[in-house]
Amino acid sequence: MTSLLARDLCVDRGGRTIVKNISFDLRAGEALVALGRNGAGKSTLLRAIAGFLPLSGGRLSHTGAEAEIPLPELSHYVGHADGLKSALTAAENLAFWARMLARSDETPSPSSALQRVGLKRLADFPVAYLSAGQKRRVALARLFMAPRPLWILDEPATALDIASQQVLAEAFAEHRAAGGMILAATHAPLGLVDAATLDLGSAPADLGGNA
Amino acid sequence: MLKYANPTNFLALAGRLIPWLAAATALSLGAGLFLTFFVAPDDYQQGSSVKIMYLHVPSAWLSMMCYVIMTSAALGTIVWRHPLADAAQKAAAPLGAIFTLLCLVTGSLWGKPMWGTWWVWDARLTSVLVLFLIYLGLIGLWQTIEEPAQAARAAAILTLVGVVNIPIIKFSVDWWNTLHQPASVFKIGGPAISGSMLWPLLIMAVAFTFLFLTLHLMAIRNEILRRRLRRLSIDAAHAEEKSEATA
Amino acid sequence: MRSPLSALFWRELRIARSVGGGGAMGVVFFLILVSLTPFAIGPDLNLLSRIGPAILWIAALLATLLGLDRLFQADADDGSLDLLLTAATPLELIVLVKCLAHWIATALPLVVASPLLGLTLAMEPESLAGISLSLLAGTPALTMLGAIGAALTAGLRRGGLLMAVLILPLTTPVLIFGVSSAAAASGGTVPFHIPMLILSALSLASLAGAPFAAAAALRARDA
Repeated sequence: MTSLLARDLCVDRGGRTIVKNISFDLRAGEALVALGRNGAGKSTLLRAIAGFLPLSGGRLSHTGAEAEIPLPELSHYVGHADGLKSALTAAENLAFWARMLARSDETPSPSSALQRVGLKRLADFPVAYLSAGQKRRVALARLFMAPRPLWILDEPATALDIASQQVLAEAFAEHRAAGGMILAATHAPLGLVDAATLDLGSAPADLGGNA
Repeated sequence: MLKYANPTNFLALAGRLIPWLAAATALSLGAGLFLTFFVAPDDYQQGSSVKIMYLHVPSAWLSMMCYVIMTSAALGTIVWRHPLADAAQKAAAPLGAIFTLLCLVTGSLWGKPMWGTWWVWDARLTSVLVLFLIYLGLIGLWQTIEEPAQAARAAAILTLVGVVNIPIIKFSVDWWNTLHQPASVFKIGGPAISGSMLWPLLIMAVAFTFLFLTLHLMAIRNEILRRRLRRLSIDAAHAEEKSEATA
Repeated sequence: MRSPLSALFWRELRIARSVGGGGAMGVVFFLILVSLTPFAIGPDLNLLSRIGPAILWIAALLATLLGLDRLFQADADDGSLDLLLTAATPLELIVLVKCLAHWIATALPLVVASPLLGLTLAMEPESLAGISLSLLAGTPALTMLGAIGAALTAGLRRGGLLMAVLILPLTTPVLIFGVSSAAAASGGTVPFHIPMLILSALSLASLAGAPFAAAAALRARDA
């Protein structure tokens, strides 16, 4: 995928237009951070782009070698819920999502993905035993289990400590260097270098300080 | 006594007791089965199918005794919030379910030749079936609530509510007209059963009691160890977090 | 290498078996429903053996449906459902595999337990075989129809009861032919295979159609 083009996106929820006339271009290697106060529609926009909500107006298209593949199948979505089953171990959860999300049969081992987020030794622990921050890191390790060009991240740094935020920033840089794209909604700085920002209205502009 | 309420001391005590209890179980069960099959007489009406009694009656006793033990453990959980009481409760539920099932199945096998049917919906059979359902409900509750102390309190409340069923089972044969025969061992005026049948029955009852005690102690021990493992795992998960963060 | 669908199948079975999965509770619920009926209508064994197939079928119907409300709800709650929507595997196949795993974990035990419970209702041996066979042929239809209701109510806070209200009317044909094939097994004017074939047809039709309806309902979910 070489670029993602959004033109005049509108999303309705409960009879109200939450997201109105949003346009942006995202090219390979770029990152876009959606900003806005609570309720400005950041999550709604991301969920619509991921294909979970219908667009009520506008056009979303992508170009490149994978243009015929639907956009959701090219996207990783990390939202508020971690998508983990507490009865299974961290490694089992990741192995499952690798099978489900990867396009090829060759997926990295769960333990190498967990090592990147500093949880290698906890691979065989049931997710129920992990703390909120650890669960979030297992959810983020999913990004490494299947290569997908677009990462859609809704508040990815929630419950993460400083060290993990650093790991996340490194992963972002690596993903962009390999031609990936990142679309994130956040209140806190994510460590995304030269990210474009998308203001969804009445947001204090200084939150964009992704130094 | 209080000394053994400490789980570590309890584990040591259980480790010493279990071999002796297991040996007592093997001896008494062997003796009981020998008496049942080779000494106890056939009934002049029922023939040799009367021998099902030597399994049926002790398992019925145990199904109720187990509930009584579980009830006392439940009181221990509610009053003292003691982890040992929690473990004793949890360990008793599957054992009770098994003894009750054994009682229902042997009763059913005995009922077919005697009454011409596998099952009747009379007060005794029904109240024992309800006991079985209560045991199953308790097992389900234990399995559903992950936090052990919370599960123990919930199970204790259900156990105490369900205890009303025990006198109903015991006196159902006296209160209602049922197909099931009335009590013949524990009754006012002494046992109404001949000594040649009474002795094997009592020995089997002792054997079942030893069997229950052995299994119960082993299950409590497992439960204590399982809880420790769970706690250590959670601690380890959090300690690991710190060491990897500093590395 | 295992395919995505077999990975999903084994994950579902493992969750059903684990803590709080509720796989075994369906059988207990079935047992309770069956044993409540004699309390309500009295212990007359002749009457019970005549209406035994009906009791077992109604109990199986309720046990299957009430166990189904977590089928998609759990995945909706923990975010797995969103991620499944981004998989390359068609959602219809995902629904079908989830239903298959759910049927094995919850409905198959009912089929196995039904002859034992039939004994307590004084049913004849032919009738017992009939009820097991009819449940084996008919419960897939119940699971698949229930999956539509589960998909419609996934994400709703009090979906369980609503789901039963939506789906129970649709299950009437399954109930009718299920009970009549069980009854035909113990004699009667209709040969056993006729209601049995209709029952199998209902199951096959719902296997073919329900995944599309359930997947459409999951996609239309406003979450």
